[in-house]
Amino acid sequence: MSETTDTTVAGPTEPARTVPSRLTRFAALPTVGPLAALILSCLFFWVFTDRFMTGGNLSLVVQQVMEVGTLAIGQTVVILTAGIDLSNGAVMAFGTIVMTRLAVTGGVPWPLAILLGVGVCAAFGALNGTLVTMARLPAFIVTLGTLNIAFALTHIYSKDQTVTGLPKALTALGQTFPLGNTDVTYGSVVMLAMFLIAWYVLRHTAAGRHVYAVGDNREAARLTGISTRRLLITVYTVAGAVYGVAGLLLVGRTAVGDPQAGQTDNLDSITAVVLGGVSLFGGRGSIVGVLFGALIVGVIRNGLQLMGVASIYQVLITGILVILAVGVDQLARRRRA
Amino acid sequence: MNPVLAAHGLVKRYGHVTALNGVDFELLPGEILAVIGDNGAGKSSLIKALSGALIPDEGQILLDGRPVHFHNPADARRAGIETVYQDLAVAPALDIAANLFLGREVRRKGVLGTVFRLLDTKRMEAESSRHMQDLKIGINAMSQPVETLSGGQRQGVAVARGAAFARHVVIMDEPTAALGVKETGMVLDLIREVRERGLPVILISHDIPTVFDVADRVHIQRLGRRVAVVRPGDVDMAEAVAIMAGAAPGKFTGSE
Repeated sequence: MSETTDTTVAGPTEPARTVPSRLTRFAALPTVGPLAALILSCLFFWVFTDRFMTGGNLSLVVQQVMEVGTLAIGQTVVILTAGIDLSNGAVMAFGTIVMTRLAVTGGVPWPLAILLGVGVCAAFGALNGTLVTMARLPAFIVTLGTLNIAFALTHIYSKDQTVTGLPKALTALGQTFPLGNTDVTYGSVVMLAMFLIAWYVLRHTAAGRHVYAVGDNREAARLTGISTRRLLITVYTVAGAVYGVAGLLLVGRTAVGDPQAGQTDNLDSITAVVLGGVSLFGGRGSIVGVLFGALIVGVIRNGLQLMGVASIYQVLITGILVILAVGVDQLARRRRA
Repeated sequence: MNPVLAAHGLVKRYGHVTALNGVDFELLPGEILAVIGDNGAGKSSLIKALSGALIPDEGQILLDGRPVHFHNPADARRAGIETVYQDLAVAPALDIAANLFLGREVRRKGVLGTVFRLLDTKRMEAESSRHMQDLKIGINAMSQPVETLSGGQRQGVAVARGAAFARHVVIMDEPTAALGVKETGMVLDLIREVRERGLPVILISHDIPTVFDVADRVHIQRLGRRVAVVRPGDVDMAEAVAIMAGAAPGKFTGSE
C-alpha cells in the first residue's frame, strides 16, 4: 500500500498585500477631500441662499478667486519642493506697480510694460531660489526677507499713489465674453488655463516628477543625477513669473495699480494650498486640489456675504477649515501607513 | 581574467586624516566581491571613489582596463556603474515605476514626447514590472507608492533600479543593514540573481555571516589599505575578523 506523505513544511507567510479596490484608491486620492468639501459648501449655500447658485454669481466667485488662485499655483509648486513663499503677494503688488507706472507715466508701450512687470516678479523669484539653494537659507526666512523688500520697493516706486488712467490694453483681461446666460472674464479663463498647464507639467512630464522627488527626498533625487539646485531655482523663478501674471489679472479686474494690493495674499494662497490637500512637508498633493481649495475659500466668502454674515466670520470659518483640513489629512495618512 | 573594475594606489586625505592610504582593488567579471573592514578602514571612501562620489588625491581607476575619471556620481552612472546606497535613495511618496526611472524618465515617441515632454507611463510601468520579475521580486502593482512597501521590498526596488540600468558594475552599500532575517535572505537571493545576469557586484557589509554566505571573494580593508583578498572557503569567519582587526596577518588566496 502506498501512502503519500505530505512533506511540505508550513513556511512563514508574507501577509497578503491586497491591491486596494478602485473605490478605495479613488477615495484616497488627495483631491477627493477638497472636492467633497467644495461640493458640500456649494450645496449648503444653494439651500440657504437664493442667489448663490446663479450663473452670474458663480462667475463672480471665480473672478474673486482669480488673484489668490493664480498666486496659489506658484505657491503650490514651491511647497511641493518642501519650500514656502511668503513673498508672493508683495511681489505681485510690485509687479503691478511696475507694469502700470511704466505704461502710464513712463510712456512704455503696453506689451513691454507687461513683460517688464512679469519679468521683475520672475527676478524676485530667481533671487528667492538662489538664496534658498546657494546660501542654503530656509525658504521661510528668505521669502520673509524678499516680502519686506518687495513691499518697500512698491511703496517707494509708487510714492504710495494708486496708478490710474491705464491704457485699455492693460486691462484687456478684465473684459468679458458671454458663456451660457452669464459673462465670463478672460482673466478667469487665463487662470484656469494656467492650472491646466501646471497640472500637465506636474503629472505628465519628467520635470514635474523631479519637483515631487526633490520635495519628498532631496538627497535621493540628487543621487539619481537630478540637478536639484537648477530645479529649485527654476521652480522659484517660474513661481515668480506666475505671481506677475496674477498681477496682470488683478490689474485687469480693478483697472488700477494699487500699492496696497496683495498684503494678505501670501497667507491666503497658503490656505488654498493646504485646503487643497498639498502637504507643507513637500512631495505630496495635487494642484487640482489647490484649485478646489481656492474655490472653497471663495465660495464660503461669497456665500456668507450673500447670507449677510459679517466678513469677520468668513475669516473665522476659514481658520477653522484649515485646521480641520490638516487634521483630516493627518488622520488619513496615519491610517494609510 | 581581466578585471572589470580596478584601482591602483588610491589615496584620499582629509586634513590630517588619511582615509585611503594607497588602496588596490580588482573586481573580476561575474563575481560577487564583498568589501569588509572595521569602522574607519576606508570601505566607504573606497566605494565613493569607485562610484564617483569622491575624487581621490592620487591613484588610478580602470574600467575594463581603460583609465576613467569620475567627477560626480552621474559620471559613474554614465559609465555603467550603478550604486545602491545604504539609505536606498528612493522617494517614498512616488510609486515604484517612478522611482525606478527617476532621473531617466522615458518619454513618448514623436511630437508628444519632444515638444510636449509627455511621459510614457505605460512603458515605464511595463518595463519596471519586467525588471522586478526578472529579479523574481514579488511585487505586482508598479503604481504602489514605495512608502507602502516593507523594508525588504523597498530594498528590492533599490536593487532592481541598480540592476536594471547597470551595464558594468553594481555596487551595494550595506544592503541588509536594516533588515530582518527573512528579508536579508530575500535580498541575498536578489544579489545572486544580479550575478546570474552577468553583472559583477561589489557588496559592502558589516554582516560577516552574510558575506561568507553570498560572496565569491572577500576584500579585507584595514587602515586605508587592502590587507587581504580571500575566498570564503579558504578562511573561516573568525580568521577574517582577525585580519580585519589586525590580529592576524593578511593573505591573498583569492587573487589571480
